[in-house]
Amino acid sequence: MALSLSARTRPRRRGPQARRQRLGLLFVLPAVALVLGIFVVPVVVTAVMSFYDWSLLGQRRFIGLDNYRRLGEDTQFWQSLGFTTLYTVIVTAALLVVGFGLALAVRHRRRGVGVLRTAFVMPVVIGFATAAYLTLWLLDDRIGIVPDLLRRAGLVEGSVSVFSTFPTALAAVVVLVVWKTVGLTMLLLMTGMQAISQDFYEAAQVDGARPARMFRSITLPLLRPTIGLVLILTVIGSYLAFDQFFILTQGGPDNSTIPVVYLIYRAGFIDFDLGYSAAMSIGLMVILLILTAIQLLVVRNREDS
Amino acid sequence: MSTTLTVPRERVAAPRRTLRPQWLPAAAFYTVFGLLALLFVAPLAWLVVSSFKSSAEFAQTPPTLLPTRFSLENYQRLLDAGLWRNVVNSVGVTAGTVLAATVLSVLAGYGFARFRFRLRGLLFLVILSTMMIPFQSIIPSLYLILDELGLTNSLLGLVLVYTVFALPFGIFTMRAAFTAVPAAVEEAAIVDGAGSLSTLWRVLVPIVAPGVATVALYAFFTAWNEFLAALIFTTRQEQYTLPVVLANLQTGAGGTLNWGVLETGAVFAAVPCIAIFLILQRYYVAGLTGGAVKG
Repeated sequence: MALSLSARTRPRRRGPQARRQRLGLLFVLPAVALVLGIFVVPVVVTAVMSFYDWSLLGQRRFIGLDNYRRLGEDTQFWQSLGFTTLYTVIVTAALLVVGFGLALAVRHRRRGVGVLRTAFVMPVVIGFATAAYLTLWLLDDRIGIVPDLLRRAGLVEGSVSVFSTFPTALAAVVVLVVWKTVGLTMLLLMTGMQAISQDFYEAAQVDGARPARMFRSITLPLLRPTIGLVLILTVIGSYLAFDQFFILTQGGPDNSTIPVVYLIYRAGFIDFDLGYSAAMSIGLMVILLILTAIQLLVVRNREDS
Repeated sequence: MSTTLTVPRERVAAPRRTLRPQWLPAAAFYTVFGLLALLFVAPLAWLVVSSFKSSAEFAQTPPTLLPTRFSLENYQRLLDAGLWRNVVNSVGVTAGTVLAATVLSVLAGYGFARFRFRLRGLLFLVILSTMMIPFQSIIPSLYLILDELGLTNSLLGLVLVYTVFALPFGIFTMRAAFTAVPAAVEEAAIVDGAGSLSTLWRVLVPIVAPGVATVALYAFFTAWNEFLAALIFTTRQEQYTLPVVLANLQTGAGGTLNWGVLETGAVFAAVPCIAIFLILQRYYVAGLTGGAVKG
């Protein structure tokens, strides 16, 4: 009887064991449903919206590829993309260099190293917005400690308005980002370094290798997967920067520090042009997917060779 | 302190010691990296200390290092401005997110680790895809969908969004944690007649508790610190979370910026994160070494 029943209903799996396996679907269902509703559906809807002239106030009209044509000719979008790329390159380079320095310093067991690690990671856990409010105060011309110290040291005279020129504004944001996130880079690199077998270093030492050579010939090559992960996280994180610019530079001076997410926000929720905002969103998504794919390929190819 | 520093350390074997990079002698090492560490901690410490200045002293030129007189004026003004409401919002949204993200991650992590059901691979891929596609690129439609459901200007809406932010990492972590538990543990419970849910809750969850702590911790930081979604999905001040209401304070009504109140608000935003990190930092580090983390 059992045989005929199972043959009719579920040809592949039978009995209480199979019924138990199907329970798994119930366990994953709440999470999957939420992700579908709050993430997968919006991805599809965003793609659809990008083909519409869609106002936040209600009116909508199908316009085909017009939003994308407009995007292609939008100098502000391309400028913003260029700026975001510049920012990403600078931040990524700075984080890798500083992160490597800190990781090399704290990777070994040494008295007090735990305290150092904790100190370097501490800013990672506060929010970007919070860190930006803090920076705003520290750099304020009138009441900030940094301009005060610069004046006392005789390095500058008169007022110090960091956010009134492009290079100083960008530098301030980069310093903030390195301060706030380098602890994460350090932890990731440190973990990767600790996973490298000591045998390699012992063998190299027997051969008379110097520390610099060991770093170049052992640490760097064996750390490639970790560096790949750090690169992907940093590049994606930087391309999505928003809070720090919104709070610190507000896009200025002269709209020179507008990251792409800022434009998406502005188009959709200041100009109420959701369709165009959606087209920019899709553009950003495609750029990030391509970047991630390239980085994954580069990391993998190097591992193979 | 100098005596503790000179105590010989016996747990380190002698031959290993020679392998340490001696590129910096101890004195130089501690000076350089001690100062650097100070640079990382000092701004936060000074922020907290300065919040106890009077509002006038806080906005003084040039700034004073320490409060000349201990004052709770900034805190008083913060409360008077109604900002306690936004602190309560942040606490509520964060508590909701931590609870939802942890429960859903445990359930789904268990399901993906222990059961072979149809579509399992596809559904796991769907969860992971949220790590590849940034939330920032679905903002326009997510706003419309939440609005349609009456979930804009709603703390529940924020909880749902933040839970989705936290889920990929949470499910990934919990799946790994459950996979590491020997199947025999569970089989014994099932032979004893326990149902799946009670096995999960009474037998397995205590074993994977460190993973649960990691998931809860990351959900906490995500929800407490998030800015952009809260900025867009709430438009009334009484619904703002703490980071967003501070941005409003910064632009201020008529350009009147009270520095003391703004930065004391930043203290409220920063201190819970730092305190929780200091207490639970090993779970934080475990989360990083266990796998990838979304931006």
